[in-house]
Amino acid sequence: MTPTPLQPQLNTGSGFTTLFRKEVSRFAKVGFQTVAAPVVTALLYLLIFAHVLEGRVMVYSSIVYTAFLIPGLMMMSMLQNSFANASSSLVQSRMTGNLVFILLPPFTHWEIFGAYVLAAVARGLTVGAAIYVVSLFFVDVPLTHPLWIVVFAVLGTGIMASLGIIAGLWAEKFDQMAAFQNFLIMPATFLSGVFYSIHSLPSFWLAVSHWNPIFYTIDGFRYGFFGVSDVSPWQSLAVVGFTFLLMAFAALRLIRIGYKVRF
Amino acid sequence: MSTAVRIDSVSKIYSASPSVLQRVFSSRSASGFQALRDVSLDIQHGEFFGLLGPNGAGKTSLISILAGLSKPTTGRVTVCGFDVQSQYREARRALGVVPQELVFDPFFTVRETLRLQSGYFGLRRNDDWIDEVLENLGLSSKAETNMRALSGGMKRRVLVAQALVHRPPVIVLDEPTAGVDVDLRRTLWHFISRLNRQGHTILLTTHYLEEAEELCGRIAMLKAGQVVALDSTRAILSKVGGTRLILQLDQPWKKQASAALDALHIESADNRLVLRLERSLDLEPVLAQVRAAGYSIVDLEVAPADLEDAFLNIMHQTPNVVQELA
Repeated sequence: MTPTPLQPQLNTGSGFTTLFRKEVSRFAKVGFQTVAAPVVTALLYLLIFAHVLEGRVMVYSSIVYTAFLIPGLMMMSMLQNSFANASSSLVQSRMTGNLVFILLPPFTHWEIFGAYVLAAVARGLTVGAAIYVVSLFFVDVPLTHPLWIVVFAVLGTGIMASLGIIAGLWAEKFDQMAAFQNFLIMPATFLSGVFYSIHSLPSFWLAVSHWNPIFYTIDGFRYGFFGVSDVSPWQSLAVVGFTFLLMAFAALRLIRIGYKVRF
Repeated sequence: MSTAVRIDSVSKIYSASPSVLQRVFSSRSASGFQALRDVSLDIQHGEFFGLLGPNGAGKTSLISILAGLSKPTTGRVTVCGFDVQSQYREARRALGVVPQELVFDPFFTVRETLRLQSGYFGLRRNDDWIDEVLENLGLSSKAETNMRALSGGMKRRVLVAQALVHRPPVIVLDEPTAGVDVDLRRTLWHFISRLNRQGHTILLTTHYLEEAEELCGRIAMLKAGQVVALDSTRAILSKVGGTRLILQLDQPWKKQASAALDALHIESADNRLVLRLERSLDLEPVLAQVRAAGYSIVDLEVAPADLEDAFLNIMHQTPNVVQELA
Protein backbone atom coordinates (compact mmCIF):
# COMPACT_ATOMS: atom_id res chain seq x y z
CA MET A 1 0.00 0.00 0.00
CA THR A 2 1.43 3.38 -0.96
CA PRO A 3 0.60 6.69 0.69
CA THR A 4 0.11 8.41 -2.67
CA PRO A 5 -1.82 6.25 -5.11
CA LEU A 6 -0.41 5.87 -8.61
CA GLN A 7 -2.11 8.01 -11.21
CA PRO A 8 -2.69 7.28 -14.90
CA GLN A 9 -0.62 9.18 -17.47
CA LEU A 10 -3.32 11.42 -18.87
CA ASN A 11 -1.41 13.84 -21.09
CA THR A 12 0.29 11.48 -23.47
CA GLY A 13 -1.45 12.57 -26.66
CA SER A 14 -3.43 10.62 -29.18
CA GLY A 15 -2.89 7.08 -30.43
CA PHE A 16 -4.32 8.02 -33.82
CA THR A 17 -1.02 8.22 -35.73
CA THR A 18 0.08 4.84 -34.38
CA LEU A 19 -3.19 3.20 -35.40
CA PHE A 20 -2.96 4.81 -38.84
CA ARG A 21 0.66 3.64 -39.28
CA LYS A 22 -0.30 0.16 -38.13
CA GLU A 23 -3.12 -0.04 -40.69
CA VAL A 24 -0.78 1.19 -43.43
CA SER A 25 1.97 -1.26 -42.50
CA ARG A 26 -0.64 -4.02 -42.45
CA PHE A 27 -1.15 -3.69 -46.21
CA ALA A 28 2.37 -2.51 -46.99
CA LYS A 29 3.83 -5.70 -45.47
CA VAL A 30 1.89 -7.75 -48.00
CA GLY A 31 2.35 -5.36 -50.92
CA PHE A 32 2.34 -8.06 -53.58
CA GLN A 33 -1.17 -9.02 -52.59
CA THR A 34 -2.53 -5.57 -51.78
CA VAL A 35 -0.92 -3.33 -54.41
CA ALA A 36 0.88 -5.31 -57.11
CA ALA A 37 -1.93 -7.83 -57.67
CA PRO A 38 -4.66 -5.23 -58.38
CA VAL A 39 -2.28 -3.39 -60.72
CA VAL A 40 -1.68 -6.58 -62.71
CA THR A 41 -5.44 -7.30 -62.82
CA ALA A 42 -6.18 -3.79 -64.11
CA LEU A 43 -3.44 -4.18 -66.67
CA LEU A 44 -4.97 -7.41 -67.95
CA TYR A 45 -8.36 -5.71 -68.36
CA LEU A 46 -6.60 -2.94 -70.23
CA LEU A 47 -4.77 -5.30 -72.60
CA ILE A 48 -7.84 -7.39 -73.38
CA PHE A 49 -10.42 -4.62 -73.79
CA ALA A 50 -8.02 -2.34 -75.58
CA HIS A 51 -7.04 -5.10 -77.97
CA VAL A 52 -10.66 -6.02 -78.71
CA LEU A 53 -12.14 -2.54 -78.92
CA GLU A 54 -9.34 -0.16 -79.88
CA GLY A 55 -10.04 1.55 -83.18
CA ARG A 56 -13.68 0.45 -83.15
CA VAL A 57 -14.90 2.66 -80.35
CA MET A 58 -14.31 6.37 -79.87
CA VAL A 59 -15.73 7.96 -76.73
CA TYR A 60 -16.87 11.61 -76.54
CA SER A 61 -15.95 11.69 -80.28
CA SER A 62 -12.25 12.37 -79.69
CA ILE A 63 -10.86 10.12 -76.98
CA VAL A 64 -9.34 6.78 -77.93
CA TYR A 65 -10.92 3.89 -76.04
CA THR A 66 -7.73 2.75 -74.30
CA ALA A 67 -7.22 6.20 -72.79
CA PHE A 68 -10.91 6.41 -71.82
CA LEU A 69 -10.65 3.04 -70.09
CA ILE A 70 -7.73 3.94 -67.82
CA PRO A 71 -9.42 6.35 -65.34
CA GLY A 72 -12.31 3.86 -65.04
CA LEU A 73 -9.97 0.97 -64.32
CA MET A 74 -8.02 3.13 -61.86
CA MET A 75 -11.15 4.17 -60.00
CA MET A 76 -12.59 0.64 -59.99
CA SER A 77 -9.38 -0.75 -58.48
CA MET A 78 -9.15 2.11 -56.01
CA LEU A 79 -12.73 1.56 -54.84
CA GLN A 80 -12.35 -2.20 -54.48
CA ASN A 81 -9.04 -1.94 -52.66
CA SER A 82 -10.08 0.74 -50.23
CA PHE A 83 -13.16 -1.34 -49.39
CA ALA A 84 -11.06 -4.48 -49.01
CA ASN A 85 -8.52 -2.76 -46.77
CA ALA A 86 -10.94 -1.48 -44.15
CA SER A 87 -13.27 -4.48 -44.24
CA SER A 88 -10.64 -7.23 -44.19
CA SER A 89 -8.66 -5.57 -41.42
CA LEU A 90 -11.75 -5.33 -39.21
CA VAL A 91 -13.19 -8.71 -40.00
CA GLN A 92 -9.83 -10.43 -39.44
CA SER A 93 -9.29 -8.61 -36.16
CA ARG A 94 -12.74 -9.61 -35.02
CA MET A 95 -12.37 -13.24 -36.07
CA THR A 96 -8.97 -13.64 -34.43
CA GLY A 97 -10.03 -11.59 -31.41
CA ASN A 98 -7.15 -9.14 -31.61
CA LEU A 99 -9.58 -6.24 -32.12
CA VAL A 100 -9.48 -6.11 -28.32
CA PHE A 101 -6.13 -4.29 -28.61
CA ILE A 102 -7.95 -1.46 -30.40
CA LEU A 103 -10.91 -1.54 -28.02
CA LEU A 104 -8.90 -1.30 -24.78
CA PRO A 105 -6.91 1.90 -25.53
CA PRO A 106 -8.54 5.32 -25.12
CA PHE A 107 -9.49 5.83 -28.78
CA THR A 108 -12.46 8.03 -29.66
CA HIS A 109 -14.74 6.82 -32.45
CA TRP A 110 -13.32 9.61 -34.64
CA GLU A 111 -9.78 8.33 -34.17
CA ILE A 112 -10.69 4.76 -35.07
CA PHE A 113 -12.75 5.91 -38.05
CA GLY A 114 -10.02 8.31 -39.21
CA ALA A 115 -7.21 5.76 -38.98
CA TYR A 116 -9.07 2.97 -40.79
CA VAL A 117 -10.45 5.28 -43.49
CA LEU A 118 -7.19 7.12 -44.15
CA ALA A 119 -5.22 3.87 -44.35
CA ALA A 120 -7.78 2.45 -46.78
CA VAL A 121 -7.67 5.68 -48.83
CA ALA A 122 -3.87 5.45 -48.83
CA ARG A 123 -4.04 1.93 -50.25
CA GLY A 124 -6.60 3.00 -52.85
CA LEU A 125 -4.51 5.97 -53.95
CA THR A 126 -1.34 3.85 -54.09
CA VAL A 127 -3.04 1.30 -56.33
CA GLY A 128 -4.55 4.06 -58.50
CA ALA A 129 -1.24 5.88 -58.92
CA ALA A 130 0.55 2.62 -59.76
CA ILE A 131 -2.00 1.77 -62.45
CA TYR A 132 -1.64 5.25 -63.93
CA VAL A 133 2.15 5.02 -64.06
CA VAL A 134 2.09 1.57 -65.66
CA SER A 135 -0.59 2.61 -68.20
CA LEU A 136 1.66 5.43 -69.46
CA PHE A 137 3.66 2.70 -71.22
CA PHE A 138 0.60 1.95 -73.35
CA VAL A 139 -1.20 5.21 -73.98
CA ASP A 140 -1.00 8.87 -73.11
CA VAL A 141 -3.64 9.93 -70.58
CA PRO A 142 -3.82 13.71 -69.99
CA LEU A 143 -4.22 15.27 -66.52
CA THR A 144 -6.52 18.13 -67.50
CA HIS A 145 -7.87 19.09 -64.04
CA PRO A 146 -5.62 17.49 -61.37
CA LEU A 147 -7.61 18.94 -58.48
CA TRP A 148 -10.82 17.20 -59.63
CA ILE A 149 -8.84 13.97 -59.95
CA VAL A 150 -7.62 14.20 -56.36
CA VAL A 151 -11.01 15.26 -54.96
CA PHE A 152 -12.88 12.35 -56.59
CA ALA A 153 -10.11 9.88 -55.77
CA VAL A 154 -10.19 10.81 -52.08
CA LEU A 155 -13.99 10.97 -51.80
CA GLY A 156 -14.53 7.77 -53.78
CA THR A 157 -12.06 5.77 -51.71
CA GLY A 158 -13.43 7.46 -48.59
CA ILE A 159 -16.94 6.18 -49.40
CA MET A 160 -15.66 2.66 -49.90
CA ALA A 161 -13.46 2.76 -46.80
CA SER A 162 -16.49 3.81 -44.73
CA LEU A 163 -18.57 1.09 -46.33
CA GLY A 164 -15.71 -1.33 -45.58
CA ILE A 165 -15.92 -0.40 -41.90
CA ILE A 166 -19.69 -0.99 -41.92
CA ALA A 167 -19.27 -4.35 -43.65
CA GLY A 168 -16.32 -5.29 -41.40
CA LEU A 169 -18.42 -4.66 -38.31
CA TRP A 170 -21.53 -6.33 -39.70
CA ALA A 171 -20.04 -9.50 -41.20
CA GLU A 172 -19.59 -12.36 -38.77
CA LYS A 173 -18.09 -14.78 -41.25
CA PHE A 174 -15.74 -14.47 -44.21
CA ASP A 175 -18.62 -15.84 -46.25
CA GLN A 176 -20.80 -12.83 -45.42
CA MET A 177 -17.92 -10.55 -46.32
CA ALA A 178 -17.50 -12.32 -49.66
CA ALA A 179 -21.24 -11.88 -50.29
CA PHE A 180 -20.98 -8.16 -49.55
CA GLN A 181 -18.03 -7.86 -51.89
CA ASN A 182 -19.35 -9.97 -54.76
CA PHE A 183 -23.04 -9.08 -54.73
CA LEU A 184 -22.79 -5.40 -53.88
CA ILE A 185 -19.37 -3.89 -54.43
CA MET A 186 -18.45 -5.72 -57.64
CA PRO A 187 -21.75 -5.10 -59.52
CA ALA A 188 -21.89 -1.49 -58.33
CA THR A 189 -18.38 -0.82 -59.63
CA PHE A 190 -18.68 -2.83 -62.85
CA LEU A 191 -22.04 -1.25 -63.78
CA SER A 192 -20.90 2.30 -63.25
CA GLY A 193 -19.32 3.22 -66.56
CA VAL A 194 -15.87 1.77 -66.02
CA PHE A 195 -15.79 0.25 -69.49
CA TYR A 196 -18.14 2.56 -71.37
CA SER A 197 -19.85 5.95 -71.42
CA ILE A 198 -23.31 5.41 -69.96
CA HIS A 199 -24.74 7.36 -72.91
CA SER A 200 -24.11 4.26 -74.97
CA LEU A 201 -26.60 2.36 -72.75
CA PRO A 202 -30.32 1.76 -73.48
CA SER A 203 -32.50 4.32 -71.67
CA PHE A 204 -33.56 1.95 -68.86
CA TRP A 205 -29.97 1.15 -67.86
CA LEU A 206 -29.03 4.78 -68.33
CA ALA A 207 -31.66 5.68 -65.71
CA VAL A 208 -30.45 2.88 -63.39
CA SER A 209 -26.88 4.11 -63.65
CA HIS A 210 -27.95 7.54 -62.47
CA TRP A 211 -29.02 5.97 -59.16
CA ASN A 212 -25.61 4.40 -58.64
CA PRO A 213 -23.35 6.73 -56.63
CA ILE A 214 -20.30 4.85 -57.89
CA PHE A 215 -21.09 6.08 -61.41
CA TYR A 216 -20.55 9.66 -60.22
CA THR A 217 -17.18 8.88 -58.65
CA ILE A 218 -15.95 7.45 -61.96
CA ASP A 219 -17.57 10.13 -64.14
CA GLY A 220 -16.19 12.97 -62.02
CA PHE A 221 -12.78 11.31 -61.82
CA ARG A 222 -12.72 10.91 -65.60
CA TYR A 223 -13.62 14.59 -66.02
CA GLY A 224 -10.39 15.41 -64.19
CA PHE A 225 -8.42 13.59 -66.89
CA PHE A 226 -10.23 14.59 -70.10
CA GLY A 227 -12.29 17.64 -69.19
CA VAL A 228 -15.44 15.91 -70.56
CA SER A 229 -17.96 13.74 -68.72
CA ASP A 230 -21.47 12.29 -68.90
CA VAL A 231 -22.81 14.68 -66.23
CA SER A 232 -21.51 17.94 -64.79
CA PRO A 233 -18.58 17.41 -62.36
CA TRP A 234 -20.39 19.66 -59.87
CA GLN A 235 -23.39 17.35 -59.90
CA SER A 236 -21.03 14.40 -59.44
CA LEU A 237 -19.29 16.21 -56.59
CA ALA A 238 -22.64 16.83 -54.86
CA VAL A 239 -23.69 13.16 -55.14
CA VAL A 240 -20.28 11.79 -54.16
CA GLY A 241 -19.87 14.27 -51.30
CA PHE A 242 -23.35 13.47 -49.94
CA THR A 243 -22.74 9.71 -50.24
CA PHE A 244 -19.46 10.06 -48.39
CA LEU A 245 -21.11 11.99 -45.55
CA LEU A 246 -23.88 9.39 -45.32
CA MET A 247 -21.46 6.45 -45.21
CA ALA A 248 -19.14 8.25 -42.80
CA PHE A 249 -22.07 9.05 -40.50
CA ALA A 250 -23.21 5.41 -40.46
CA ALA A 251 -19.68 4.07 -39.91
CA LEU A 252 -18.96 6.57 -37.13
CA ARG A 253 -22.23 5.77 -35.43
CA LEU A 254 -21.57 2.01 -35.52
CA ILE A 255 -18.07 2.50 -34.09
CA ARG A 256 -19.43 4.80 -31.39
CA ILE A 257 -22.07 2.37 -30.17
CA GLY A 258 -19.62 -0.54 -30.53
CA TYR A 259 -21.86 -2.41 -32.97
CA LYS A 260 -21.10 -6.13 -32.59
CA VAL A 261 -17.81 -5.37 -30.82
CA ARG A 262 -18.78 -3.80 -27.49
CA PHE A 263 -21.71 -5.73 -26.05
CA MET B 1 -6.86 5.18 1.32
CA SER B 2 -8.76 6.05 -1.85
CA THR B 3 -10.76 3.93 -4.22
CA ALA B 4 -9.07 2.53 -7.34
CA VAL B 5 -12.10 0.71 -8.70
CA ARG B 6 -15.71 1.38 -7.68
CA ILE B 7 -18.43 -0.90 -8.96
CA ASP B 8 -21.77 0.56 -8.01
CA SER B 9 -25.00 -1.45 -8.39
CA VAL B 10 -24.01 -2.90 -11.75
CA SER B 11 -26.42 -5.16 -13.60
CA LYS B 12 -25.88 -6.55 -17.04
CA ILE B 13 -28.44 -8.04 -19.37
CA TYR B 14 -27.20 -9.28 -22.72
CA SER B 15 -29.83 -8.56 -25.35
CA ALA B 16 -30.55 -10.61 -28.42
CA SER B 17 -28.60 -9.02 -31.24
CA PRO B 18 -30.63 -6.34 -33.02
CA SER B 19 -30.29 -5.44 -36.69
CA VAL B 20 -27.77 -2.98 -38.07
CA LEU B 21 -30.46 -0.38 -38.78
CA GLN B 22 -31.84 -0.62 -35.23
CA ARG B 23 -28.37 -0.07 -33.90
CA VAL B 24 -27.75 2.98 -36.09
CA PHE B 25 -31.00 4.69 -35.24
CA SER B 26 -32.00 3.56 -31.76
CA SER B 27 -30.60 2.61 -28.40
CA ARG B 28 -30.33 -0.93 -27.13
CA SER B 29 -33.15 -2.98 -25.69
CA ALA B 30 -32.86 -4.62 -22.29
CA SER B 31 -34.16 -8.15 -22.54
CA GLY B 32 -32.22 -11.38 -22.63
CA PHE B 33 -29.68 -13.13 -20.43
CA GLN B 34 -28.87 -11.53 -17.09
CA ALA B 35 -25.15 -11.94 -16.39
CA LEU B 36 -24.80 -9.57 -13.41
CA ARG B 37 -27.32 -8.57 -10.74
CA ASP B 38 -26.75 -5.45 -8.72
CA VAL B 39 -23.05 -6.00 -8.11
CA SER B 40 -21.34 -3.45 -5.84
CA LEU B 41 -17.77 -3.50 -4.60
CA ASP B 42 -14.89 -1.11 -4.01
CA ILE B 43 -11.23 -1.92 -4.55
CA GLN B 44 -8.76 0.38 -2.81
CA HIS B 45 -5.50 1.67 -4.29
CA GLY B 46 -2.68 -0.79 -3.76
CA GLU B 47 -4.89 -3.80 -3.11
CA PHE B 48 -4.33 -7.26 -4.55
CA PHE B 49 -7.95 -8.25 -5.09
CA GLY B 50 -9.31 -11.61 -6.19
CA LEU B 51 -12.54 -12.17 -8.08
CA LEU B 52 -13.59 -15.80 -7.82
CA GLY B 53 -16.53 -17.81 -8.98
CA PRO B 54 -17.47 -20.82 -11.06
CA ASN B 55 -17.68 -20.62 -14.86
CA GLY B 56 -20.56 -18.39 -15.93
CA ALA B 57 -20.70 -16.55 -12.60
CA GLY B 58 -20.14 -13.20 -14.32
CA LYS B 59 -16.43 -12.56 -13.66
CA THR B 60 -15.54 -11.83 -17.27
CA SER B 61 -18.74 -9.80 -17.75
CA LEU B 62 -17.72 -7.61 -14.83
CA ILE B 63 -14.18 -7.19 -16.15
CA SER B 64 -15.51 -6.40 -19.64
CA ILE B 65 -17.63 -3.60 -18.19
CA LEU B 66 -14.62 -2.30 -16.27
CA ALA B 67 -12.55 -2.32 -19.48
CA GLY B 68 -15.26 -0.68 -21.60
CA LEU B 69 -15.62 -3.81 -23.75
CA SER B 70 -19.18 -4.06 -22.55
CA LYS B 71 -21.72 -1.58 -21.20
CA PRO B 72 -23.59 -2.00 -17.94
CA THR B 73 -27.37 -2.18 -18.33
CA THR B 74 -27.67 -0.26 -15.05
CA GLY B 75 -25.16 0.98 -12.52
CA ARG B 76 -21.84 2.74 -12.72
CA VAL B 77 -18.16 1.79 -12.68
CA THR B 78 -15.22 4.12 -12.04
CA VAL B 79 -11.48 3.55 -12.30
CA CYS B 80 -9.30 6.01 -10.37
CA GLY B 81 -12.41 8.16 -10.09
CA PHE B 82 -13.11 8.19 -13.85
CA ASP B 83 -16.42 6.83 -15.12
CA VAL B 84 -15.69 4.01 -17.58
CA GLN B 85 -18.48 5.20 -19.88
CA SER B 86 -18.57 9.02 -19.76
CA GLN B 87 -14.82 9.48 -19.04
CA TYR B 88 -13.65 6.41 -20.89
CA ARG B 89 -10.44 7.98 -22.19
CA GLU B 90 -9.10 8.69 -18.71
CA ALA B 91 -10.48 5.43 -17.30
CA ARG B 92 -8.77 3.34 -19.99
CA ARG B 93 -5.45 5.08 -19.41
CA ALA B 94 -5.76 4.03 -15.79
CA LEU B 95 -6.40 0.41 -16.66
CA GLY B 96 -4.27 -2.42 -18.06
CA VAL B 97 -6.24 -5.52 -18.99
CA VAL B 98 -4.87 -8.98 -19.73
CA PRO B 99 -7.65 -10.70 -21.67
CA GLN B 100 -8.53 -14.31 -21.05
CA GLU B 101 -8.37 -15.36 -24.71
CA LEU B 102 -4.94 -15.96 -26.23
CA VAL B 103 -5.13 -13.36 -29.01
CA PHE B 104 -2.38 -11.78 -31.09
CA ASP B 105 -1.77 -9.93 -34.35
CA PRO B 106 0.14 -12.27 -36.69
CA PHE B 107 1.55 -9.38 -38.73
CA PHE B 108 4.01 -8.18 -36.11
CA THR B 109 6.99 -9.16 -33.93
CA VAL B 110 6.85 -8.99 -30.13
CA ARG B 111 8.60 -5.63 -30.03
CA GLU B 112 6.43 -4.18 -32.80
CA THR B 113 3.34 -5.40 -30.97
CA LEU B 114 4.40 -3.65 -27.77
CA ARG B 115 5.43 -0.45 -29.57
CA LEU B 116 2.05 -0.34 -31.28
CA GLN B 117 0.16 -0.92 -28.05
CA SER B 118 2.23 1.78 -26.40
CA GLY B 119 1.55 4.16 -29.29
CA TYR B 120 -2.20 3.53 -28.96
CA PHE B 121 -1.93 5.13 -25.54
CA GLY B 122 -0.04 8.05 -27.05
CA LEU B 123 3.36 6.87 -25.73
CA ARG B 124 5.68 6.90 -28.72
CA ARG B 125 9.08 6.93 -26.97
CA ASN B 126 8.63 4.15 -24.51
CA ASP B 127 11.42 1.69 -25.37
CA ASP B 128 13.09 1.78 -21.93
CA TRP B 129 9.93 0.65 -20.20
CA ILE B 130 9.15 -1.86 -22.97
CA ASP B 131 12.62 -3.37 -22.50
CA GLU B 132 12.08 -3.55 -18.75
CA VAL B 133 8.74 -5.32 -19.19
CA LEU B 134 10.26 -7.74 -21.72
CA GLU B 135 13.10 -8.48 -19.33
CA ASN B 136 10.83 -9.06 -16.34
CA LEU B 137 8.57 -11.41 -18.25
CA GLY B 138 11.47 -13.40 -19.71
CA LEU B 139 10.72 -12.20 -23.23
CA SER B 140 13.96 -10.38 -24.10
CA SER B 141 15.27 -13.17 -26.32
CA LYS B 142 11.96 -13.27 -28.24
CA ALA B 143 11.67 -9.52 -28.85
CA GLU B 144 12.31 -9.76 -32.59
CA THR B 145 10.31 -12.96 -33.11
CA ASN B 146 7.04 -12.86 -35.01
CA MET B 147 4.00 -13.46 -32.80
CA ARG B 148 2.99 -16.46 -34.93
CA ALA B 149 6.22 -18.27 -34.05
CA LEU B 150 5.72 -18.07 -30.26
CA SER B 151 4.51 -20.90 -28.04
CA GLY B 152 1.24 -20.49 -26.13
CA GLY B 153 3.03 -19.59 -22.91
CA MET B 154 5.14 -16.96 -24.66
CA LYS B 155 2.05 -15.45 -26.28
CA ARG B 156 0.48 -15.26 -22.83
CA ARG B 157 3.52 -13.32 -21.60
CA VAL B 158 3.16 -10.86 -24.50
CA LEU B 159 -0.49 -10.34 -23.53
CA VAL B 160 0.62 -9.42 -20.03
CA ALA B 161 3.31 -7.11 -21.45
CA GLN B 162 0.74 -5.40 -23.70
CA ALA B 163 -1.42 -4.62 -20.69
CA LEU B 164 1.52 -2.95 -18.94
CA VAL B 165 2.97 -0.71 -21.69
CA HIS B 166 1.26 2.42 -20.38
CA ARG B 167 2.10 1.72 -16.71
CA PRO B 168 -1.53 1.57 -15.62
CA PRO B 169 -2.24 2.13 -11.91
CA VAL B 170 -4.85 -0.66 -12.06
CA ILE B 171 -3.96 -4.01 -13.63
CA VAL B 172 -6.68 -6.56 -14.41
CA LEU B 173 -5.70 -10.16 -15.05
CA ASP B 174 -8.50 -12.38 -16.32
CA GLU B 175 -7.37 -15.94 -15.63
CA PRO B 176 -3.78 -15.25 -16.68
CA THR B 177 -2.46 -18.66 -15.67
CA ALA B 178 -5.08 -20.83 -17.35
CA GLY B 179 -3.12 -23.56 -19.12
CA VAL B 180 0.39 -22.19 -18.54
CA ASP B 181 3.41 -23.94 -17.10
CA VAL B 182 4.86 -23.59 -13.62
CA ASP B 183 7.77 -21.50 -14.82
CA LEU B 184 5.56 -18.81 -16.33
CA ARG B 185 3.31 -18.77 -13.28
CA ARG B 186 6.27 -18.14 -11.04
CA THR B 187 7.75 -15.44 -13.34
CA LEU B 188 4.36 -13.79 -13.71
CA TRP B 189 3.47 -13.72 -10.01
CA HIS B 190 6.92 -12.51 -9.09
CA PHE B 191 6.58 -9.57 -11.46
CA ILE B 192 2.93 -8.82 -10.62
CA SER B 193 3.66 -8.94 -6.89
CA ARG B 194 6.50 -6.48 -7.41
CA LEU B 195 4.21 -4.13 -9.33
CA ASN B 196 1.71 -4.47 -6.48
CA ARG B 197 4.39 -3.52 -3.94
CA GLN B 198 5.21 -0.49 -6.11
CA GLY B 199 1.62 0.66 -5.69
CA HIS B 200 -0.24 -0.90 -8.61
CA THR B 201 -3.70 -2.16 -7.80
CA ILE B 202 -4.23 -5.72 -9.00
CA LEU B 203 -7.57 -7.34 -9.83
CA LEU B 204 -7.24 -11.03 -10.53
CA THR B 205 -9.68 -13.69 -11.60
CA THR B 206 -8.46 -17.23 -11.41
CA HIS B 207 -9.61 -20.80 -11.19
CA TYR B 208 -6.55 -21.72 -9.14
CA LEU B 209 -7.75 -21.04 -5.64
CA GLU B 210 -4.35 -21.58 -4.10
CA GLU B 211 -3.11 -18.66 -6.22
CA ALA B 212 -5.82 -16.41 -4.89
CA GLU B 213 -5.18 -17.58 -1.35
CA GLU B 214 -1.49 -16.87 -1.64
CA LEU B 215 -1.69 -13.54 -3.45
CA CYS B 216 -4.96 -11.77 -2.76
CA GLY B 217 -5.53 -9.65 0.32
CA ARG B 218 -9.23 -9.47 -0.33
CA ILE B 219 -11.63 -11.62 -2.27
CA ALA B 220 -15.08 -11.32 -3.79
CA MET B 221 -16.94 -14.44 -4.80
CA LEU B 222 -19.52 -14.28 -7.55
CA LYS B 223 -22.29 -16.77 -8.07
CA ALA B 224 -24.91 -16.45 -10.81
CA GLY B 225 -24.08 -12.78 -11.30
CA GLN B 226 -24.23 -11.82 -7.61
CA VAL B 227 -21.60 -11.14 -4.97
CA VAL B 228 -22.01 -13.91 -2.40
CA ALA B 229 -18.90 -13.18 -0.35
CA LEU B 230 -16.70 -10.11 -0.01
CA ASP B 231 -14.05 -9.95 2.66
CA SER B 232 -10.35 -10.27 3.39
CA THR B 233 -8.97 -13.64 2.38
CA ARG B 234 -8.16 -14.39 6.01
CA ALA B 235 -11.66 -13.54 7.20
CA ILE B 236 -13.25 -15.68 4.50
CA LEU B 237 -11.05 -18.59 5.49
CA SER B 238 -11.76 -18.25 9.18
CA LYS B 239 -15.48 -17.54 8.82
CA VAL B 240 -16.29 -20.29 6.43
CA GLY B 241 -13.51 -22.77 6.56
CA GLY B 242 -12.52 -22.92 10.19
CA THR B 243 -9.82 -25.52 10.73
CA ARG B 244 -9.68 -29.00 9.27
CA LEU B 245 -9.01 -31.98 11.46
CA ILE B 246 -7.60 -34.89 9.46
CA LEU B 247 -7.74 -38.24 11.26
CA GLN B 248 -6.39 -41.67 10.39
CA LEU B 249 -8.60 -44.26 12.07
CA ASP B 250 -8.21 -47.97 12.72
CA GLN B 251 -11.19 -48.74 10.46
CA PRO B 252 -13.23 -47.02 7.72
CA TRP B 253 -15.56 -44.29 8.97
CA LYS B 254 -19.26 -45.09 8.74
CA LYS B 255 -21.66 -42.22 8.31
CA GLN B 256 -24.27 -41.82 11.04
CA ALA B 257 -21.86 -43.20 13.60
CA SER B 258 -22.44 -39.97 15.50
CA ALA B 259 -24.95 -37.20 14.73
CA ALA B 260 -22.72 -34.56 16.29
CA LEU B 261 -19.77 -35.57 14.12
CA ASP B 262 -21.86 -35.78 10.94
CA ALA B 263 -22.47 -32.04 11.26
CA LEU B 264 -18.71 -31.46 11.08
CA HIS B 265 -18.02 -34.04 8.39
CA ILE B 266 -16.16 -32.75 5.31
CA GLU B 267 -15.04 -35.97 3.69
CA SER B 268 -14.06 -39.54 4.49
CA ALA B 269 -12.41 -42.27 2.46
CA ASP B 270 -10.97 -45.58 3.62
CA ASN B 271 -9.62 -44.99 7.12
CA ARG B 272 -9.32 -41.23 6.62
CA LEU B 273 -11.79 -38.81 8.13
CA VAL B 274 -11.76 -35.03 7.64
CA LEU B 275 -13.80 -32.89 10.02
CA ARG B 276 -14.32 -29.16 10.29
CA LEU B 277 -13.36 -27.49 13.56
CA GLU B 278 -15.00 -24.15 14.21
CA ARG B 279 -12.51 -23.34 16.99
CA SER B 280 -9.36 -25.08 18.16
CA LEU B 281 -11.03 -25.46 21.59
CA ASP B 282 -13.31 -28.03 19.96
CA LEU B 283 -10.42 -30.42 19.44
CA GLU B 284 -10.64 -32.38 22.70
CA PRO B 285 -14.43 -32.92 22.69
CA VAL B 286 -14.36 -33.96 19.04
CA LEU B 287 -11.61 -36.53 19.64
CA ALA B 288 -13.57 -37.84 22.62
CA GLN B 289 -16.67 -38.21 20.39
CA VAL B 290 -14.69 -40.13 17.79
CA ARG B 291 -13.42 -42.53 20.44
CA ALA B 292 -16.91 -42.79 21.94
CA ALA B 293 -18.20 -43.87 18.52
CA GLY B 294 -15.87 -46.88 18.74
CA TYR B 295 -12.87 -45.77 16.68
CA SER B 296 -9.20 -45.61 17.58
CA ILE B 297 -7.16 -42.68 16.31
CA VAL B 298 -3.98 -43.80 14.57
CA ASP B 299 -2.76 -40.41 13.37
CA LEU B 300 -3.93 -36.82 13.60
CA GLU B 301 -3.29 -33.61 11.68
CA VAL B 302 -4.77 -30.14 12.16
CA ALA B 303 -4.68 -28.02 8.99
CA PRO B 304 -5.92 -24.51 8.37
CA ALA B 305 -8.84 -24.50 5.95
CA ASP B 306 -7.87 -23.59 2.42
CA LEU B 307 -9.74 -21.40 0.02
CA GLU B 308 -11.07 -24.36 -1.86
CA ASP B 309 -13.05 -25.45 1.19
CA ALA B 310 -14.29 -21.91 1.68
CA PHE B 311 -15.19 -21.63 -1.98
CA LEU B 312 -17.13 -24.88 -2.10
CA ASN B 313 -18.77 -24.03 1.17
CA ILE B 314 -19.95 -20.64 -0.02
CA MET B 315 -21.09 -21.90 -3.38
CA HIS B 316 -23.18 -24.62 -1.75
CA GLN B 317 -24.51 -22.61 1.13
CA THR B 318 -28.10 -21.54 1.62
CA PRO B 319 -28.88 -17.93 0.66
CA ASN B 320 -29.29 -16.92 4.35
CA VAL B 321 -25.76 -17.81 5.30
CA VAL B 322 -24.54 -16.18 2.13
CA GLN B 323 -26.25 -12.94 3.07
CA GLU B 324 -24.45 -12.89 6.42
CA LEU B 325 -21.12 -13.28 4.71
CA ALA B 326 -21.70 -10.55 2.22
